[in-house]
Amino acid sequence: MGTTASQLGKDLLSEYQELTFLTKQEILLAHKRFSELLSKDERNLPNTRVSMERILTLPELKSNPFRERICHVFSTSDQKNGSLSFEDFLDLLSAFSDSATLEIKSHYAFRIFDFDDDGTLDCGDLEKLVNCLTGETDDTRLTTDEMRQLINNILEESDIDKDGTVNLSEFQHVISRSPDFVSSFKIVL
Amino acid sequence: METDAVFFTDRSGRITSNPLLDQLPSYQSLLYRRKSSVSGPKRRSSSRGRLGSSSSGKWNMSTFTRPFEKQKSQVTEQQPIRELAKPMAEKRRDKTQRLEEAQELTNWRQWRQSSRRYLRRLRDDAQEWLSSMKLWRGDIHLIEGMFGTGILSYFSFLRFLVVLNLIIFLIKFSFVMLPIIIAPYASGNITYNLNDAGVCSVYPSSARRGLVIFHEHITDLLSGGGFLEQTYLFYGYYKVDKIHFTNVTYNLALAYLLSTIAYLFLSLIWIVKRSARGFKRNLVQDEDRFQSFCNKIFAGWDFCITNENAARLKRSSLLYELKTDLEEERIKQKIADRTRKEKCRIYLIRLILNLFVIGVLAACFYTIYVATIFSQEAQMTKIKVNFIVDLIYEYLPSIVITLANFITPLLFSVIINYEDYSPAFEIRFTLMRCVFMRLTSIGVLLFSLWSQITNCEEEPCICGYNHLLYSCWETRVGQEMYKLTIFDFITIVAVTIFVEFPRKLIVKHCDCGLAKWWGQQEFAIPQNVLEIVYGQTICWIGTFYCPMLPAICTIKYFFIFYIKKVSLINNCRPATRPFRASSSNFFFLGVLLIGLALACLPVTVSVAQINCSHACGPFVNFNTSWEVLPTTISQLPSGAQTLLFALSSEAFAVSFFVITCLAMFYVIALAGAHKRVINQLRDQLAMEGRDKRFLIQKLCQAQRLSPVRSPVSKSKPRSPSYHTSFASNFSEGVFLAHSPPDSSTHV
Repeated sequence: MGTTASQLGKDLLSEYQELTFLTKQEILLAHKRFSELLSKDERNLPNTRVSMERILTLPELKSNPFRERICHVFSTSDQKNGSLSFEDFLDLLSAFSDSATLEIKSHYAFRIFDFDDDGTLDCGDLEKLVNCLTGETDDTRLTTDEMRQLINNILEESDIDKDGTVNLSEFQHVISRSPDFVSSFKIVL
Repeated sequence: METDAVFFTDRSGRITSNPLLDQLPSYQSLLYRRKSSVSGPKRRSSSRGRLGSSSSGKWNMSTFTRPFEKQKSQVTEQQPIRELAKPMAEKRRDKTQRLEEAQELTNWRQWRQSSRRYLRRLRDDAQEWLSSMKLWRGDIHLIEGMFGTGILSYFSFLRFLVVLNLIIFLIKFSFVMLPIIIAPYASGNITYNLNDAGVCSVYPSSARRGLVIFHEHITDLLSGGGFLEQTYLFYGYYKVDKIHFTNVTYNLALAYLLSTIAYLFLSLIWIVKRSARGFKRNLVQDEDRFQSFCNKIFAGWDFCITNENAARLKRSSLLYELKTDLEEERIKQKIADRTRKEKCRIYLIRLILNLFVIGVLAACFYTIYVATIFSQEAQMTKIKVNFIVDLIYEYLPSIVITLANFITPLLFSVIINYEDYSPAFEIRFTLMRCVFMRLTSIGVLLFSLWSQITNCEEEPCICGYNHLLYSCWETRVGQEMYKLTIFDFITIVAVTIFVEFPRKLIVKHCDCGLAKWWGQQEFAIPQNVLEIVYGQTICWIGTFYCPMLPAICTIKYFFIFYIKKVSLINNCRPATRPFRASSSNFFFLGVLLIGLALACLPVTVSVAQINCSHACGPFVNFNTSWEVLPTTISQLPSGAQTLLFALSSEAFAVSFFVITCLAMFYVIALAGAHKRVINQLRDQLAMEGRDKRFLIQKLCQAQRLSPVRSPVSKSKPRSPSYHTSFASNFSEGVFLAHSPPDSSTHV
């Protein structure tokens, strides 16, 4: 089930309201912005997927260092190319909305930060994460020593069972004690 | 992790999950929790296949799956669907499944479920409507996109103050001004305060007579004198004692006092409630580290930033912050390694510098005192020199306070460099000093005013205050507060227009070295917050003497929002050291609470101690403003009287205090016990993890020795296994010497 014509049906709208954290206004706005990404003839087809390149032209995602990871995590496409259908897009906005629960946000945050998709955040994931945050060029990276010190500090704070990686429960535990997470993990159209 | 010779490399080199680990109960429960959100249809079948692999029948899957199914149905009944982390198609499937299950339930349960759903939807709609009514949503969204959540917290703080001031004004208006206004229309009979012919109750009119020159109107408007003095604006106008309506008598004096207490109380409760949200999270942290690296890394990026420039700046500020925090760790190490001689030297330097700071503060306070006295005497002599000079005399205390508040932060930030604290502590300490300076200067102003008011030529004063100079001293205090507010607003506007805009123009168009060194304006959040907390403290103190001051402050903050927003977008760049949203909220509300506490003090002293003026105001018939309350209580029926006396007696107070202390000790002991338990559990968890890895290694070794050996059927795509990294720590793939059977008991 996807969007048919350029208008959303009332039943569909209330179903989306029930299944996501978005309000009616937000769903309609999302529909409008999503339709703008489609070309004229694609708009009338149901269940169209927008390729990752076009999704990344949205201003909310364009400057985000995790934009590709976000697309991969929320994409349900079979080819694993990061393309999003309208419902994937709604899932994305719902997870990033104001009223989403901490559990949902931390769950998706974990998957976004898990760069190699192996279910845990190990040193490689953390290093890629820090580099995304500080910038990709050589003069904006931390030195190797600083990176090692930083990763040791992170693991010291969050790795409870001392196995050298952060799994989902440990991540959710450390996020529940992080006061900035809820306010920063937010995208509003 | 030691590499083990037990495990063979998969031909493709990819990691396949260890079937043994997947059968562990901990993995099963995690697998349920985020069900197949990760795996598509293909993966689900493969995971089912893995579940079914019961190696040599030793593991009985059925015993594991049944409790999990029961658990699942229990949980899904309670948790709304949208809180499950799954894609939309699966949520839809869950919903239809639940609806089917709901059909099987009894009528009572069905009704309960549907009513619960209805109430939830109602609550969501109400919240949606409320949040759409919020002021300035679009502007704040724009600022958030350009500058991130740190600066956003300043603007939402400003919005909070606008609403707070509006509510305070509504309280004052509806309880004090409204009855006076509607009395003629509601057939109310106003009794005014008795004007006994004593010398204390002489109140000369301050309205200007004769031909009034235009600039005198301006002076009056800016200083609150002249035509503004005998208006609703100031305390002196409310000479009403009681208003007799048809059925009820409205005691205005009592209402005036109680509304003051009410707005102070309301502000306290609202601020505490607002800070409780962030405070809870801060308290739960059981590490005494100042900064938490996890918070900086995992919650470091503001996902709401839409501006490319802002993203680049955010990256550089994050880099700067990480580098300085890492350096701070190294500095802490250095501090711990200090020798005794160095420590003595540092402490001596700190002592000297602190004495210097105290000296500077004392000098500033003395200057304010002198300026206030000079200004009061100049106003009393009534010799008009010149329009501008008169205005300067009127505004002298405000000017001195503003200058002092401008110079001292610069001085403090220079001094702190020599005191050799850690960078984080430096920032906090400088801020504390600035807060102290700003808020105490108001107190010094009030103190000098009071010393003037209670200073008579013949001691002791006949009326309790100097009635010759100050026939209505509350109005005079109200006027000073009014002047402070107006001057504060003028200062903010003037600094923005005459300092920030030219600075931007100079830096943009002029390429000289001075411009480069000066740099673009940084939006310094702490200084801006201190400014508005200072204004709010004045408002709290001044509302008792000038009931319309909250309305003036509302309008003032309304304009300040737009001025600051324009200045921010056009002139400023984000600070190099970012101010985190959570610690910002805590800081803002903490400083605001200090301001409130400091504001309660003068109001309490003037209500309870100083004789109210006999010439004006609602408390003419009483000695102090507080006396209205005991007088009213003595007129209540005796039952209520005894109850109130019991509540205010010492016995009640002491027992209340003792009970509160006991409760506090209990809670502290509980927290200590929990902490110990948490530490024990942590150690246990680490030990269990090690045990598990050890046992699995041994098991795999043992299985390897068994003769049956067949390769794994297909190379499965890597799926996140959300358990400990045992499998993924190995660069080589891993597989067990068993083929997965076809039985698929799915969870």
